[in-house]
Amino acid sequence: MNAQIFFEFAINVLSMGSLYALIALGLVFVFGICKLINFAYGEFITVGAYVLYFLGVFTSLPWPLVFLIGILSSVAVGYLSELVAFRPFRGRSLDALLVTSFAVSVILQRLFQLGISPRSKAVPVPAFFNMNIELFGLTTPLRNLLIIAITVVLLLILTVIMKYTVLGVAMRGASENFVTARLMGVPANLVISVAFIISGFLAGVVAIFWTARTGSAEPLMGMSPLLIGFIAVVIGGMHSLPGAVVGGYVYALIANILSLTLPTSLLSFRDAVMFAIVIAFLVLKPEGLLRGNYQEERVG
Amino acid sequence: MSNITENAPILQVTDLYVAYGPILALHGISLEVHKGELVSICGVNGAGKSTVLKAIAGVLKPRSGSIRFKGKDVTGWKPEQLHKHGMALVPEGREIFPSLTVEENLRLGAFGRYQARRFAEDLEDFFTLFPILKERYHQAGGLLSGGEQQMLAIARGLISHPDLLMMDEPSLGLSPNRVDQIFELIMELKSRGITILLVEQNAQRALEIADRAYLFSNGRVEYAGRPQDMAGKVDITSVYLGGQKGGDVE
Repeated sequence: MNAQIFFEFAINVLSMGSLYALIALGLVFVFGICKLINFAYGEFITVGAYVLYFLGVFTSLPWPLVFLIGILSSVAVGYLSELVAFRPFRGRSLDALLVTSFAVSVILQRLFQLGISPRSKAVPVPAFFNMNIELFGLTTPLRNLLIIAITVVLLLILTVIMKYTVLGVAMRGASENFVTARLMGVPANLVISVAFIISGFLAGVVAIFWTARTGSAEPLMGMSPLLIGFIAVVIGGMHSLPGAVVGGYVYALIANILSLTLPTSLLSFRDAVMFAIVIAFLVLKPEGLLRGNYQEERVG
Repeated sequence: MSNITENAPILQVTDLYVAYGPILALHGISLEVHKGELVSICGVNGAGKSTVLKAIAGVLKPRSGSIRFKGKDVTGWKPEQLHKHGMALVPEGREIFPSLTVEENLRLGAFGRYQARRFAEDLEDFFTLFPILKERYHQAGGLLSGGEQQMLAIARGLISHPDLLMMDEPSLGLSPNRVDQIFELIMELKSRGITILLVEQNAQRALEIADRAYLFSNGRVEYAGRPQDMAGKVDITSVYLGGQKGGDVE
């Protein structure tokens, strides 16, 4: 492997992995607190994508503002779905919450189909996203470098929040032992709302870079990032935030290795191979690469 | 509230019924705790001791009955509201947050009533009460031994300056030495004027230090009164059945 192929491979893995890490992180934030696998998470991304489409096509707002509003709308749908759909079922069985998240997902998908269009809409992408950058003798669109940089910044910010703020400590405590955290005065509504807000925020960022890659928004577009998030989370571990990030990058690494090494005739089976790896993880290492501290207590 | 008088109990539980699904665990419990008192609840496993603490702390919703705390009807309040109102429960099994450091566990304990200045002062005080916490300040709670975790759990309850400190089986599973330490600590807290409601399987020790005691049996109050009178009035063996001295291992 010569140097140029290696750099291309590295940039592909890092940019794809960054996006996947953000997707997985958004899932795990909610799972950590609520133990809920949120099937409506994909639709948080879709909402952001549609807002980008509307603002990009029908207004001439500057791009930073478009992105900001896009992110805020994903945050809003995350926050509101918790308030309207999940909160009334809090304290019921996890199955009830799971079915609720399916319902939210399907309702939003149908709303997009009926209210906007069943067909895909072209989402404008700022020109500088696709501007080619020369790096180590290879050219790559700027968006690939942007997603890496933004992911690093976001991970740093989230780390600081989770490690050094009272709210972050409360969120970590609540994800390990929700009842005891409440006994310490941590309001259940607060930490759950914050988890959904962070999840929505990450979905909004993902929407920007997802549509930059695909160029479109459509009602069912949330399914693929959701699936990616699941796989990353299975690989990395459901119970730890770093695990989700690691899972995202490992997924991208495996996917890129498969793309490089599989013969052309087998390339269409890439996803099948990927799923086989996921099944292997579920069988051999169901807790994922990073275990986390969920319900783990030293005895004695 | 203005209706707190000198004689009114700080905690008054009246005719409390609590059920786990269809199974009734408390059949009309009434009890009270006055300011500055140390009240012990004894009884065999399954008598409803932990259940009553969980109901008082808001973790379990009572089916009927009422709970008054500091002159307010707090029946049906959420745990976080009760904590803010001055209640702290040191839960059974300690329930330390394992990946959080000792410091973070303590900060979380103060969450509902956080004051940075007081937190720093409290730490100084705690380090004399619990020297081990100073040594382990930056270690993960899950790495502490059982006895150390119990110290941390109590400190975590105290740091919110509760008006009522409830402790659920603080000596459970600890070595005899540690059990001695825990009871000395409870005596020290009592001498500081902290109001304590203690649930203990170690009935002998719990009765020695209590001002008043309740004996629970099958979700009912079998006896209530001064611990030294208890021996004459009820079959004391039933109390001691639940109270093997000490624990097995630490």
